Amino acid sequence: MGRYVVRRLLQAIPVLLGTTFLIFAIVYALPGDPLQALAGDRRVDPVFAATMREMFHLNDPLIVRYGYYIRDIFTGDFGMTFRGLPVSTIFEGKFQVTLNLALMALIIEAVVGIGLGLIAALRRGRWSDTGILAITLILVSIPTLVSGFVLQLVLGVQLKTSTGIDFFPVAGIAEGWRSYLIPGAVLAGTSIAYLTRLTRTSLMETLRADYVRTAIAKGMPRRRVLGRHALRNSLIPLVTYLGADLGTLMGGAVITETIFNLPGIGQQLFQSVYLRENSVVVGIVTVLVLIYVLANLIVDLLYAVLDPRIRYE
Amino acid sequence: MKNPSVDTHLLPADNLGTAPLLAVDNLHVEFKTRQGLVRAVNGVSYALHAGETLAVLGESGSGKSVTAQAIMGILDMPPANIPKGEIRFRGTDLLKLSDNARSQIRGQQIAMVFQDALSALNPVFTVGWQIAEMFRVHRGMSKKAAYAKAIELMDRVRIPAARQRVNDYPHQFSGGMRQRIMIAMSIALDPEVLIADEPTTALDVTVQAQIMELLAELQRDSNMAMILITHDLGVVADVADKIAVMYGGRIVENAPVHDVYKNPAHPYTKGLLESIPRVDLKGQELYAIKGLPPNLLDMPTGCAFHPRCPYRQDDCVTDVPPLHEISGTRSSACHYWREVLDGVQG
Repeated sequence: MGRYVVRRLLQAIPVLLGTTFLIFAIVYALPGDPLQALAGDRRVDPVFAATMREMFHLNDPLIVRYGYYIRDIFTGDFGMTFRGLPVSTIFEGKFQVTLNLALMALIIEAVVGIGLGLIAALRRGRWSDTGILAITLILVSIPTLVSGFVLQLVLGVQLKTSTGIDFFPVAGIAEGWRSYLIPGAVLAGTSIAYLTRLTRTSLMETLRADYVRTAIAKGMPRRRVLGRHALRNSLIPLVTYLGADLGTLMGGAVITETIFNLPGIGQQLFQSVYLRENSVVVGIVTVLVLIYVLANLIVDLLYAVLDPRIRYE
Repeated sequence: MKNPSVDTHLLPADNLGTAPLLAVDNLHVEFKTRQGLVRAVNGVSYALHAGETLAVLGESGSGKSVTAQAIMGILDMPPANIPKGEIRFRGTDLLKLSDNARSQIRGQQIAMVFQDALSALNPVFTVGWQIAEMFRVHRGMSKKAAYAKAIELMDRVRIPAARQRVNDYPHQFSGGMRQRIMIAMSIALDPEVLIADEPTTALDVTVQAQIMELLAELQRDSNMAMILITHDLGVVADVADKIAVMYGGRIVENAPVHDVYKNPAHPYTKGLLESIPRVDLKGQELYAIKGLPPNLLDMPTGCAFHPRCPYRQDDCVTDVPPLHEISGTRSSACHYWREVLDGVQG
C-alpha cells in the first residue's frame, strides 16, 4: 500500500508540470498586447511599456518565462499582476468560496445521485425506476442558466414573499453554509443525473454478480447482501466519477457564481480573461489543475482502499 | 399453507424414518424471456438420504443447475417462476416457507459450492472475512472467535499456512485453493445437504481430482448428503452413489452409478458414455452424439432427444416417454429402454 501511494504521488509531478506549461503557453499565445489592454484605447507610453516588459520578462523566450513562473509558484505568490499586486492576494478568500460551492454541490450530488440510483436499481423496471430515469433526462436538459434563475426566483423571492420562509439565501455568502445550498444544487444538477444513471447501472451489474448470489446462498439477510456485498463493489466506479467531477464543478462554477453573486474564483477568472490579466488567469487555472490532480490522487488512493486487487498489483 | 415461521430445526433426523432427507418432487421451473416462456425444468424428481451422493448429469441447458438453484432458493423470481412441484427438506416443503425461514436454511442446512470460485468469492473482502461471516451472522460469534473458526476450516480443507493466509484476498490464491476456500465456506456450519455445482469444471485436471477427493472425504466425515452437478462422467464414477441424467429439463435416467456405467438404459446416457475417450479405443474416431442440444424456446415434440436418437421410432416424435421403472432403483424415460439395455438398435 505504501509503495502504491508513493508511486501515485510521483506520477502527479510530471502531470502538474505538463499541465501548467500547457496553460502557460496557451494563455500567452492569445492574440493582443496585454499592456495595450491595460491602457484601453489610449496610447501606451513607450518608456513605460519597455520598463514593464523588462519587469515582467515579456521579452524573454517562453521557456524562460515559464521557469520564472514555476519559481513564483514555489515561492507561493504566483507572480505579480500588472498593478503590482501578488496574484496570491487576489486568490484570497475566493478559492474558499468556490471550493465551498463545489463541495456543497458534490455533497448534494453524492447524496441525491447515489440515493436515486440505488432506488432505481432496486426497483428496476417499476414506475419509480422509470420516474427517476425521466427526472435525470430533465436534469440533463435544463441549462444552469435556466435552473439558476428559476430557483432563485421561486425559493428566494416567491417563497419568501408568500410564506415568509427565508431559509434559502440566493445571493451572496452572508448566511454561511446555507448560502451555498441553492447554488450548490444548481451547480450539481447535470452531475446528479449522470451519477444517478451510473449508480443504477453499477449496482444492477453487481447485483447480477456471482458473489452476490454466493452471499444469498450463504443465507445472509437481504440488507447485508445489498449493503455489504453489493454496494462495496458498486462504489468503485462512483468514487472515480465523483473525484473527477470535483474539478468539473469548480471549473463550471463561473455561471453559478455570477447568478448567485458569489465572490468566487469563477467570477475572478472571467474578469481576468476579459482584462487580459494573464498572470491571474494562469494562476487560477494552475490552482484549479492542482485541485483536480489532488482530487484524482485521492480517488486513486480510495480506489486502493475499496479494491484490494489494485492495491497488490 | 404451513405456518411460515415453522422452525425446521425442530424436525429431528430420527423422525424421518426411511423418508429421504431431501426430495424434489415433480419440480417445474420456467423463465419469462422476451422470446417467450422457457421451460427450463419440466417435472424433475429426485430424492436424497443422509450420507448419499447423487450425481446430476447433463449438458448445459439441461436444467441441472436451475434445479439446484431452486433447491437453494437463489433463483431470481421473476424472471424465474416455479408453477408446480415440491422441494421437501426433512418433510417440509421449502417452496411454501417464508423468505425469512428459507434464508435460515440456506447456508446453515443446505449449502452450495459454485463452479467458478474466482467470481463466486467477493473480490473486496478477505477470505477469512468471508468464511467468518457465516459464524458472525448465523451464530452471533465475536469477530475473534469467528476468525479462529475460519482458520480451523481453512486447515480442514488443507490450505497450507492457513493462519498466515486468512487475511489474503481471493485473487491472491490459485484456482484450486480458491475452490477450497469456497468449500470451507459452504461446510462452515455443518450443513446436512451440500450442493456442488460443477465444482471442478474451472480447474486443472490434477486439481480436479484433489477437490473431488476433498469433497468425498468431507462428506464421509460428516455424513452429509451431496448433490454433485456435473457434465463430466469421469468425475462421477468414484464419488457418486447414484446418477440422475437430465436432458431438456427432464430426468431421462435414474440409476445406481455402477448400473449406468455397466449398461445405460437411455440412448442419451449411452451416447454420453461412448463419447468418453478410452485408451483401448485409441486411434478410432471418437464417438459424438450427433445434432445439437434442444432449443429451450422450441422444444422438440414427444421425446426431446428424438432428433438425435439412434433408437428413434415414430411414436418418439409424438409421445413424451414417461419415466419407466426398470427395477426398484432404476428408471428410464425411453419408450425403447429394453432395446437400449440390450444394445439392439431399432
